[in-house]
Amino acid sequence: MASIQIDDKSIDFQPGQSIIQAASNAGVYIPHLCYHPEFTAHGSCRVCMVEVNGRQVSACTTEAQDGMQISHMSDDLQQTRKQVLEMLFAEGNHVCPSCEKSGACTLQSVAEYCGMLTAEFTFQYPQREIDASHEDFILDKNRCINCELCVRASRDIDGKSVFAIAGRGGQAQLIVNAVDGQLGSTDFSVQDRAASVCPVGSILPKHYGFVTPIGQRSFDLKPIEQQQVSGHEG
Amino acid sequence: MGKPDDIQQSEKQTEAIRFIQHTSDHSLLLQCLIKIQEAYLHIPADTVELLQQQLGLSYADINVVVEFYSFLSFEKSGDYQILISNNITDQFLGNQTLFKKLNSRLADVNVSIEYTSCTGLCDQGPAILVNGWAINRVDDERIEHIAELIEQRLPVDQWPSHFFEKEDNILRRDIQLSVECQPGAAIKTAIQQGREQSLETLEAAGLKGRGGAGFSTASKWRFCAQTEAGQRYVVCNADEGEPGTFKDRVLLNQYAHDVFEGMTVCAAVIGATRGLVYLRGEYRYLLPQLQQVLQQRRDDGLLGAHILGEDLAFDIDIHLGAGAYICGEESALIESLEGKRGIPRIRPPFPVVSGYLGQPTVVNNVESFWSVSRIMLLGADWFAGVGTDASKGTRLLSISGDCRDPGIYEFPFGVTVTEILAACGGEQTQAIQMAGAAGTTVLARDFERRMCHEDLATGGSFMVIGRQRNLLDMLANFSNFFTHESCGFCTPCRVGTQLIDDIICCFKQGQGSTSELQQLNDIAKLMQQNSFCGLGSSAPTAFLNALQQSPELFSAHGPLDDNPQFDLTAAVAEYEQLVATLSGDLR
Repeated sequence: MASIQIDDKSIDFQPGQSIIQAASNAGVYIPHLCYHPEFTAHGSCRVCMVEVNGRQVSACTTEAQDGMQISHMSDDLQQTRKQVLEMLFAEGNHVCPSCEKSGACTLQSVAEYCGMLTAEFTFQYPQREIDASHEDFILDKNRCINCELCVRASRDIDGKSVFAIAGRGGQAQLIVNAVDGQLGSTDFSVQDRAASVCPVGSILPKHYGFVTPIGQRSFDLKPIEQQQVSGHEG
Repeated sequence: MGKPDDIQQSEKQTEAIRFIQHTSDHSLLLQCLIKIQEAYLHIPADTVELLQQQLGLSYADINVVVEFYSFLSFEKSGDYQILISNNITDQFLGNQTLFKKLNSRLADVNVSIEYTSCTGLCDQGPAILVNGWAINRVDDERIEHIAELIEQRLPVDQWPSHFFEKEDNILRRDIQLSVECQPGAAIKTAIQQGREQSLETLEAAGLKGRGGAGFSTASKWRFCAQTEAGQRYVVCNADEGEPGTFKDRVLLNQYAHDVFEGMTVCAAVIGATRGLVYLRGEYRYLLPQLQQVLQQRRDDGLLGAHILGEDLAFDIDIHLGAGAYICGEESALIESLEGKRGIPRIRPPFPVVSGYLGQPTVVNNVESFWSVSRIMLLGADWFAGVGTDASKGTRLLSISGDCRDPGIYEFPFGVTVTEILAACGGEQTQAIQMAGAAGTTVLARDFERRMCHEDLATGGSFMVIGRQRNLLDMLANFSNFFTHESCGFCTPCRVGTQLIDDIICCFKQGQGSTSELQQLNDIAKLMQQNSFCGLGSSAPTAFLNALQQSPELFSAHGPLDDNPQFDLTAAVAEYEQLVATLSGDLR
């Protein structure tokens, strides 16, 4: 069987698998945000960087090749990941202490895993909208990290294409498919896959909040590196 | 005076609507939107509904495309929309003064005046676009004349033709520019030689893609030809968005036949029946004459079902861009050709395997196709006889900035910067910027470096920076450019471009700090290593060059203590004033 070497570990893989798929199957966690085993690889967050032949590549978009030597946990790579995460924190408005998603937030957990303590880059404090027009959901764009998981889930699984990214550069932002721009004007519903895929607190259910106390939430109980392997993800 | 304008516009509008009503192919979305924008100067809501019905798209599908391209907009910003080219060379030529003058002269008219990325008229700037029409050398006299025409409300397509004349400014000819090609001759040679031998000719000539990446043209064609497929495509990248590049504009103006000839040779070699030219929106004015050349080639049997009476079928369409630098990246260009936002694709698969509509596609630069037509005629030895070991032949440089004779220069690879400067009359030169905003800054002490793939690679832009300039102004121009042009897909480029722009602004205001300098270095390196596509990885080059080669640039423009971005006096000024006012009141 074909195999790759991640740091000191030899891992078998099926032809056609990406590095991150092969690693995940073997129980090796490579931190990531826009990758999700249910959806096609995206390659946009740049957190899952690993080193192959002296070059940094994203593990989600790079196919595993027999005999590939992959560096994963080097200081350089953790530093790279940390900087990318700091960029995401500096770009949006992330206020963990008051966020309903705290403790169950992938961004927060990945940051913790990568050793990020604070974002040292200049905070951009963008003015972003909170859309509470939907009966069952709040869409808070302040926390959106442009991973497009909701875009892909709604398009590829729900067949609705409720979400999209509009604009360019720093203006690139999540929009919904409605002339008035309101989530309440779309056919988005609780049953949608897109309703439960958001890795941060951008798509939040209404009617209840802080039911699970902080300290007992998903990543509080079991760290992300033990949860997001072997194809299991929220 | 308002009457002719209204009639003219409504005719255009009718034509745009008619075009949409006869379109059902959603890959033509961008082309439809460009027609609507031209006719209405914005995208009205009812045309979006019509597009949804005709093309079977959702509201969001259309919204995201409109919001992506600079030249499309849901709001009408004025009856006349003026965009001022904002390359650093336009800045050298006084585009900021131009901005002020236009604003004050046209203060009472419904006109919008904004900056736009380089429009490719750097050798004849400052340049503007009025409702999409390009005008060069906008001096005081022209400003006055333009203002009068706008006050008369004369539609731009009825303005005197001298406004729209451009100069080609070909100032140095080497082996390629000194030969004339007979239309059809290169195709004939390719047919006679057959596929394999044509590829061998190109291989022996050592032609590398002229877009800047320098991939072997023959290999690219071979990969594409070898991929099993029902259809293959030839795409000509005429997006020429790299600031300071304008040689493709000149080739398309004077040598369109040769460019189309090169595309047809490619079609014969790879087995394609359809070609597409992606013409940047800034060069919209070239479209009618290019279509004329295509029609003439059809009439002459050089395009169509039986080219030169042989069993060779091929035809070419032209698609317009709408203001997006990223679309020069080949996979983003293909997305744009398919009518979508110009977001780069995951590679592999490369376009030669899965490109336009998922079919194998060769994407080459205008100049590459132009050179192909010459190589087929004059042979590999003729071409490979000049240049260096790894960089054969000659290439065209677009030279602009602080020099006596800006224009187009053909040089053999291997030429030194000193030699180039001597040819264009660059004196008292502080630095040159090779390959545009994404390229390399070469300081005077390194002017013996050579233009070639082994040393200074280039997509054809060569900007001369005189000693009187502040390099920090150039960096600020570039950081602003990349912030505007990043597609926003990946984190390092989307956020990094904004952060770099902030930091450069701080230094320009004398507020930079040591920690920011360190951050600039970190961010630039991160973008270089970690971005999703070539835009993000090449964007930080000039900043890294500056950090390495001219650190004094930053120390001269900042306190450099660790007091990031913070001006205490300014920060507490409002407070002090309030206290003063209040204590006055109390007294």
